[in-house]
Amino acid sequence: MSTQSVHVEREPLVRMVKRDGISNQKAWLIRGISLGSALVVCALLIFMLTKLNPLKVYSSMFEGALGTPRRTWVTLRDTMMLLCISIGLAPAFKMRFWNIGAEGQVLIGGVATAACMIYLGGKVPTPVLFLVMVLASTLSGAVWGLVPAIFKAKWNTNETLFTLMMNYVAIQITSYCVALWENPFGSNSVGIIHPNTEWGWFPKIFGQQYLLNVIIVMGLTVAMYVYLKYTKHGYEISVVGESENTARYAGISVRKVILRTMAISSGICGLAGFIAVSGASHTISVNTADGRGFTAIIVAWLSKFNAVVMVLFSFLLVFLDKGAVEIASKYGLNEYASEIIEGIILFFILGSEFFINYRLIFRHAGKKDKKEVA
Amino acid sequence: MEQLIALIKSSVVFGTVIMYGCIGETLTEKSGNLNLGVPGIMYLGGISSLIGVFFYERAVETPNAILCLLIALISGFGAAALGGLLYSFLTITLRANQNVTGLTLTIFGSGIANFFGGSLNKLAGGVGQISVSATSAAFRTQIPFLSEWGPIGRMLFSYGFMVYLAIAIAVIMHWYLMRTRGGLNLRAVGENPATADAMGINVTRKKYLATCIGAGISGLGGVYYVMDYIKGTWANDGSIEKLGWLAVALVIFTTWKSVNAIWGAYLFGVLYWMYFYIPNLTRSSQELFKCLPYIVTILVLIISSTRKKKEQQAPAHLGLSYFREDR
Repeated sequence: MSTQSVHVEREPLVRMVKRDGISNQKAWLIRGISLGSALVVCALLIFMLTKLNPLKVYSSMFEGALGTPRRTWVTLRDTMMLLCISIGLAPAFKMRFWNIGAEGQVLIGGVATAACMIYLGGKVPTPVLFLVMVLASTLSGAVWGLVPAIFKAKWNTNETLFTLMMNYVAIQITSYCVALWENPFGSNSVGIIHPNTEWGWFPKIFGQQYLLNVIIVMGLTVAMYVYLKYTKHGYEISVVGESENTARYAGISVRKVILRTMAISSGICGLAGFIAVSGASHTISVNTADGRGFTAIIVAWLSKFNAVVMVLFSFLLVFLDKGAVEIASKYGLNEYASEIIEGIILFFILGSEFFINYRLIFRHAGKKDKKEVA
Repeated sequence: MEQLIALIKSSVVFGTVIMYGCIGETLTEKSGNLNLGVPGIMYLGGISSLIGVFFYERAVETPNAILCLLIALISGFGAAALGGLLYSFLTITLRANQNVTGLTLTIFGSGIANFFGGSLNKLAGGVGQISVSATSAAFRTQIPFLSEWGPIGRMLFSYGFMVYLAIAIAVIMHWYLMRTRGGLNLRAVGENPATADAMGINVTRKKYLATCIGAGISGLGGVYYVMDYIKGTWANDGSIEKLGWLAVALVIFTTWKSVNAIWGAYLFGVLYWMYFYIPNLTRSSQELFKCLPYIVTILVLIISSTRKKKEQQAPAHLGLSYFREDR
């Protein structure tokens, strides 16, 4: 038996081949299937852990996220927050610049906004205050992102690790400011800033507190879509992302593109800090960003910088989060269940990318092919 | 003098947690995998060791100290290695993006740990009620006689065994990476997998093993934290996550050499706790002091990148996935 098989090169059971391309429909079908199977796995897990009917649990998640107009608006507000950061990260990632520092950029933007609210609130007219807040948050965010970008452009310093470290510097600066501004004294929190006068708060539009958040972020989303798709800058970003050598050959100044793109990317993240402080929480703490800077990385990457998908993805994650809080209080579970569900869904979607980029060829199928050729 | 000893003691204990995280991650990164899931892996290690011994100590009348240690270490290492396996499957076999997979693993690990930690607290009757006293005592057993031997004894010998185990692992790993054929092959995989593949090294196997074992070692940091540092309780306060990121920072600080982690980790501990021993600091300026380890890491990152010394750089293929048919 062995004599024959020695001569025959054994073909592996499964072989993978890179796909040349895949139709959009098919790609989204694969992603849809993976999302569906992730929900099934989560349902099984919920059942195993709690013996509750998973469908009931899912429907009470729905209740928690969208049950009342108030809840819907909060879900919408948080979706916009996550979306805003993802929009900011998109150009950097498209350039293959790993900006892991969104968390820190958001916090620094938030700190700058809070500083303006505290020190200027009531002393300057409202439009001026808003202008200063926007400028301060955007600029401070941009500075936070430009520092790693400068070193990347000049010495090729690893930006993944650099931006990651900058997060923690930002977190400590935030706790410094929280201790500095704490109100009342000894509470170790800043508390709501200007709770009675509402200086520096987003105004209500049509009676809706969070409508302005939606308008700003939606505007940014459209602008970023146009910027990446239809402008020269956007084209340069994608060339640098594909290959720095090609970019250099085409006469693009890679250094300039890196610095400019990172300034825009982290500037928008800083602006997200402004929206978080002025438009949502009206306070500042180390939890202002609440890990969204990291979640947004996943959103931006998995939606392939497609603006519409980013909206859907942000909504899905916020929906899960809000839903899990509801389940937690309703069934006496622990709200960290949302992180488990989120993790499982993301693992599935990450895994599904493989089937979009690669094709599997099984041994038997391969033989059939050969026979047909013969 | 008393203060100095106290500072050193707290730094060593603090440093040991991140040293495990760091040397595990060093092994992983040497194979070219940048696993940003270290915090999640440490969470997994910590919670599963706690769950393991919690049920063991509830089940038996008089828990056996050796068995307690074994259960804690094996369940911690095993769960963390499983986390590494998940990461390996996604990034090595399915070629998912490493950064995103790592961050997801951190979310997932912290979710699992805090979920079950919360349930365990409830089961035990409230926060801080979990009692694994036998195991915690076993982990905190100090070397007799030597630990009472004046200030030196207190500085060097008054710790649980895992402090010394960490040093041993760091030394063994350095020897493995630098002095053995297997280590050389592993470094080749991290630097240039295509060349390693052409040399006949099984790249996939090397990467899987390095990532899973590395994750297991990182997970021991979580075990040490839960069993020794916070004395066998659980708190959903996110401190393991902070320590996990410090461990990632330490890998950079040590320029990917595990022996450097021995002093680097303690130095991070000193930097982190220093504010406690500097007189007349306001509470706000204490917070600024706490970012020292990160700033030092950034400086090391910058300096090593400007000097362009090959042996101080990250592995060349760090963060990239390998597909044989790619050019």
